Amino acid sequence: MDVQIDIAAAIGLTFLLYIGIAIWSRVSSTRGFYVAGQGVPPVLNGMATAADWMSAASFISMAGLISFLGFDGAIYLLGWTGGYVLLALLLAPFLRKFGKFTVPAFIGARYYSGTARVVAAFCAVIVSLTYVAGQMRGAGIVFSRFLEIPIGWGVIVGMAVVAFYAILGGMKGITYTQVAQYVVLITAFLIPAVGIGVSLTGIPIPQIAFPEVAARLDGVMADLGFASYTSPFTNISGLNVFLIAMALMCGTAGLPHVIIRFYTTRTVSGARWTGVYALLFIGLLYTTAPAVAAFARFNLVDTVVGRPYAERPEWFRSWEETALIQFSDKDDDGIIDYAPGDLNDPASANELGIDPDIMVLANPEIAGMPSWVMAIVVAGGLAAALSTASGLLLVIASSFSHDIYKEFIRKQATEREELLVARGSMLLAVLVAGLLGIYPPAFVAEVVAFAFGLAAASFFPAIVLGIFDPRTTKEGAISGMSAGLLFTGAYIVTVAPGFGIGLEPWLLGISPQGIGTVGMLIGFAVTWSVSRMTAPPPEGIRELVENLRYPRG
Amino acid sequence: MEEPGTSARRADLQRYWERTLRLTVGLLLVWFIVGYVLAIMMAPTLNSIRFLGGPLGFWVAQNGAIYVFWLLILIYARAMNRLDREFDVHDEG
Repeated sequence: MDVQIDIAAAIGLTFLLYIGIAIWSRVSSTRGFYVAGQGVPPVLNGMATAADWMSAASFISMAGLISFLGFDGAIYLLGWTGGYVLLALLLAPFLRKFGKFTVPAFIGARYYSGTARVVAAFCAVIVSLTYVAGQMRGAGIVFSRFLEIPIGWGVIVGMAVVAFYAILGGMKGITYTQVAQYVVLITAFLIPAVGIGVSLTGIPIPQIAFPEVAARLDGVMADLGFASYTSPFTNISGLNVFLIAMALMCGTAGLPHVIIRFYTTRTVSGARWTGVYALLFIGLLYTTAPAVAAFARFNLVDTVVGRPYAERPEWFRSWEETALIQFSDKDDDGIIDYAPGDLNDPASANELGIDPDIMVLANPEIAGMPSWVMAIVVAGGLAAALSTASGLLLVIASSFSHDIYKEFIRKQATEREELLVARGSMLLAVLVAGLLGIYPPAFVAEVVAFAFGLAAASFFPAIVLGIFDPRTTKEGAISGMSAGLLFTGAYIVTVAPGFGIGLEPWLLGISPQGIGTVGMLIGFAVTWSVSRMTAPPPEGIRELVENLRYPRG
Repeated sequence: MEEPGTSARRADLQRYWERTLRLTVGLLLVWFIVGYVLAIMMAPTLNSIRFLGGPLGFWVAQNGAIYVFWLLILIYARAMNRLDREFDVHDEG
């Protein structure tokens, strides 16, 4: 019960902070609502980008997944940081120079076509909505677990908070709120990692401590009959590690809510520096995550495996009640046996079932840390979920009001009216995303990975070629975006188990999470060749594209 | 950009763009070599070397590559800001 009080205090205090900032930075102009008047310094913008980027998946799920995938978990680490290199070198400075508020607006102007703009706005809404549903679910799980309310109510509490400050504040509110959220979430992630690292190795820097722990884990896992923790391709084939990492990288670069961040700086050079700071702040969490993963797995095995079930630790009991940890004494010896294979498979000697999602939350308890540490981790997980959700909602709002409403429904709409539509569509998006969060169509982490594949296949070729190849035509872009999106979407729907029809075998053994890479190559090929078969873009567009190369003017 | 119309200026801007492209391609080559060749394709080989008490390939894939990614972005931002000034296309004071 002490834990509950600490958690309530941590959540309450951090929320007061976020809401206070949202009220303090209320905005009334359209420009301020979207991009904070482009007056945000690169360091703070980098923090906000980091908070925007690091979702419940990064904070709550990723380290847990890595701790069960071992080496192959690197797909998330490589994929979600390597994408920033593409973003910083190929997209951010040029899009900043172009000076459009949104990605669909860029696509529409670059490809001199309202159709291209609507196609892009549609892609942006689909990608963002799937992704935001995952955040709502993440927030809901945390709220329901610790406020002891059903998951549905947990999601509703999360919806109310997101809606309140996203709609009230707009981008400026979100930017400064997200700076606060970054500070909360990184502190929450580092405290247990440092503490556990010290107790296992005596080294206070988790990044330096973890390779040694991983090597120790190799020995422990080998004794239990598991594949080596540090050996590559034991859970995912080499080809799929390659393709999934690539899909996540190019998806990162194509995600509309991350790209919009680079418009909030005053200059092109500011956009470049935002990339530097963003990856610095993201990297702090991403280089710590594999340490958390190795520590958690090691401590888990160390504290429960081979010990009598009757003497199991307190944290084991409390997570058992949520059914996220399960034990079934197959050989009736009263000892917790841990072996490869599924708990429910009678052929396997394994008696222990653990949901990877609990690893980050349970880690402090497993290591025997005080309850306030866990309270901070919970507050950090919420910060991660809410900050990403609000950035995505902003994309949805701007796509509707800027790209669809003002462009096609009422060209003469006033600024006030546009702002009203933006807030209305945000509210609608919160409701839809909340419903998806309560009734998810498939595993949320899976849907999030599909969203990346779709973003890589649709946006990435259109934006990169739009900047670097003046010859790319509207016909090329529209057919390329559609081909990439249709191919990737069709493959996912056909083969993904639990989400699509689940047909087998996979094409060349390519997993649905990695298919976005193939879709992207198709998108590039189609855009390039169709562009060369159609009439060249107007002279004005050529000049516009060449002008993107030079920061001034 | 003074006298954007003159052909000398135009040749200058062309050189600026060529150097931007060369820098970008060079950095992306490092990005691919570290992120895909070393971290993934060569991982089984690199794992026979010890680093910080664990296998090197594992460390590159889960930590080392991220440091290199960050350095690439830092090098790009610094080099481009210098290049902007050299060719007088920078957009701030």
